[in-house]
Amino acid sequence: MPLQSLDITRRSATTSPSPTVREQTKVAKLIDISKCIGCKACQSACMEWNDLRDTVGDTSGVYDNPRDLTDESWTVMRFFEVEPNGKLEWLIRKDGCMHCADPGCLKACPAPGAIVQYSNGIVDFHQENCIGCGYCVTGCPFDIPRISKQDNKAYKCTLCSDRVSVGLEPACVKTCPTGAIVFGSKEDMIVHADERIADLKERGYDNAGRYDPAGVGGTHVMYVLQHADRPELYNLPKDPQISPLVSLWKGVGKPIALLALAAAAIGSFFHYVKVGPNEVEDEDEERVRDAGRAKQSV
Amino acid sequence: MRSNLIERYRAEDRINHWVIAITFILLALSGLALFHPAMFWLTNLFGGGQWTRILHPFVGVLMFVAFAWMALKFWQHNMLVDNDRRWLRQWRDVVSNREEQLPEVGRYNAGQKLLFWVMVACMAVLILSGIVIWQPYFAPAFPITLIRIASLLHALAAFVLILGIIVHIYAALWVKGSIGAMTRGTVTRAWARKHHPAWYREVAGDR
Repeated sequence: MPLQSLDITRRSATTSPSPTVREQTKVAKLIDISKCIGCKACQSACMEWNDLRDTVGDTSGVYDNPRDLTDESWTVMRFFEVEPNGKLEWLIRKDGCMHCADPGCLKACPAPGAIVQYSNGIVDFHQENCIGCGYCVTGCPFDIPRISKQDNKAYKCTLCSDRVSVGLEPACVKTCPTGAIVFGSKEDMIVHADERIADLKERGYDNAGRYDPAGVGGTHVMYVLQHADRPELYNLPKDPQISPLVSLWKGVGKPIALLALAAAAIGSFFHYVKVGPNEVEDEDEERVRDAGRAKQSV
Repeated sequence: MRSNLIERYRAEDRINHWVIAITFILLALSGLALFHPAMFWLTNLFGGGQWTRILHPFVGVLMFVAFAWMALKFWQHNMLVDNDRRWLRQWRDVVSNREEQLPEVGRYNAGQKLLFWVMVACMAVLILSGIVIWQPYFAPAFPITLIRIASLLHALAAFVLILGIIVHIYAALWVKGSIGAMTRGTVTRAWARKHHPAWYREVAGDR
C-alpha cells in the first residue's frame, strides 16, 4: 500500500496511462511445494506483520486451518492426500494471491484506483477506494479476494508491498524454516525453480515443473510442483485465464455499449432535425370538430 | 375536462409511470457509473462509490415492483396483431412522418408494443441477475460461474433497456401532444384520431 504512485503501472477503472518513466525489477515469490512441511509459520508471520487476528473458527477434521481464505487470513495452507502414482503423497500448498501479470480483479474493478499493479508486478488493493461491489471476486481466476463482513471492502495478500518497497522480503518468506518460500527478481526465481525442478527430476519426479500460468500473463507468485502436469492435485486451475464472460463484460463490451447509447441519443436528435416533429395538423383538428358538430345536429 | 380532450391515463397510472421513470433514471446513472470508468464520476450524485453500490439494488427492487404493477395492468393492450406486423414492415413510413399510409393503430402502435415486451424481458433479467450479484446479501450464496453470467446479463439487459428508453423518450418528444398523456392524463381528440384511430373510435364513439 505505501508504495509510491510513481511505481503504479496499472490502476483499476482508469483509461488514461499511468506514470511510466520509472521501471522496477519484476519480483516474484517462489513456493517450492516439495520443501513445505506444513508448519503454517507463514500464516502466523502474515498475521503478525499485517496485524490481523482472524476470529477463531472450528476444525473440519483436516489440517486446513482456517478452512479457507478470509478477509483477515490472506494466506492458508491447503493439505491434499492424493495417490498420483499409486502411492500416497501429502501435498501441502500455501494458497494466496498469485499476483497475475494480467489480473482479472483489476480488469473487473469499477472503482478508480481501488486495485493497482506496481511496476514490480505486485497487485495491491487500496481499500480506501474500494466500494464493496465484489467484482474483483467475479474477475479472479483463482478465487482469492474476500469481502469483509465488517466494512464490505475486499482484502487479499499484498505480497507485503510495504516491506518490498523498502527492500525487505515478504513476511512469509522471512519466516519459512525450510526455505520452501523464496523471494527475489522473477528472473532469478525462474533460475532457482529450474534448479529445484532438475533436482526433483533426479529424485524420480519426472513431471516436476514450474507453475507460472501463461493464461494470466504469468504470475508473480510461482510454485514448484512435483506433478506440474496435474495442477488439479493441488486444487490449482490447469490453464487459468480471465473468464471470457468477464472479458466480454469488462473488456470489449463496455466501450461498445457506451458508444451505442451515445449514438442512439445523437441519432434521435438528428432524426428530429431531418424529418421534424410529428404534429397534429389543423385539418386533423377540423375533421374532429366537423364530426363532433355533425353528431350534435343529428 | 375540456370537450376536445380525452383521458388516456388515470392518475394512478401516471404516478406509477413516473415512479418507474425516476427510479429508472437513478438506476441508469448509478449503473453506468459502475459499468464504465468514464462514467464513474456519476457516483458523486449518490454520495460516492460505496453509496452508489449500496443504493442501486434497493432502487432496482422498487423499479421492478412498480413496473410489474404496470405490466400486469397493460399487457393485454400490448398483444401484437396482424396490423402490427404490417406496421413494423412499413417502418420507413413511420420514421418519415407518413402516418396516413400506415395500417390503423389501436391503443398502442406496434413500436410501443414491441418496446413493452422488450422492457418486460429486460426487467425480468435485471431483477434475477441483480439478485445473484447483490453484495453483500445474496452474491456469496451463488457459484462463481453463475455470478459471472449474471454480471454479463445484467449489463446486457441494462444496455438494451437504456437503449429502449432513449427511443421511448425521443418518441414522446417527436410525436407532439404525447407528453400530456402522462402529465395531465389527457390527449386531444385530433391527436387520438391521428395516431390511434381505432382506440379513438372505441373511446369517443363514432366520431
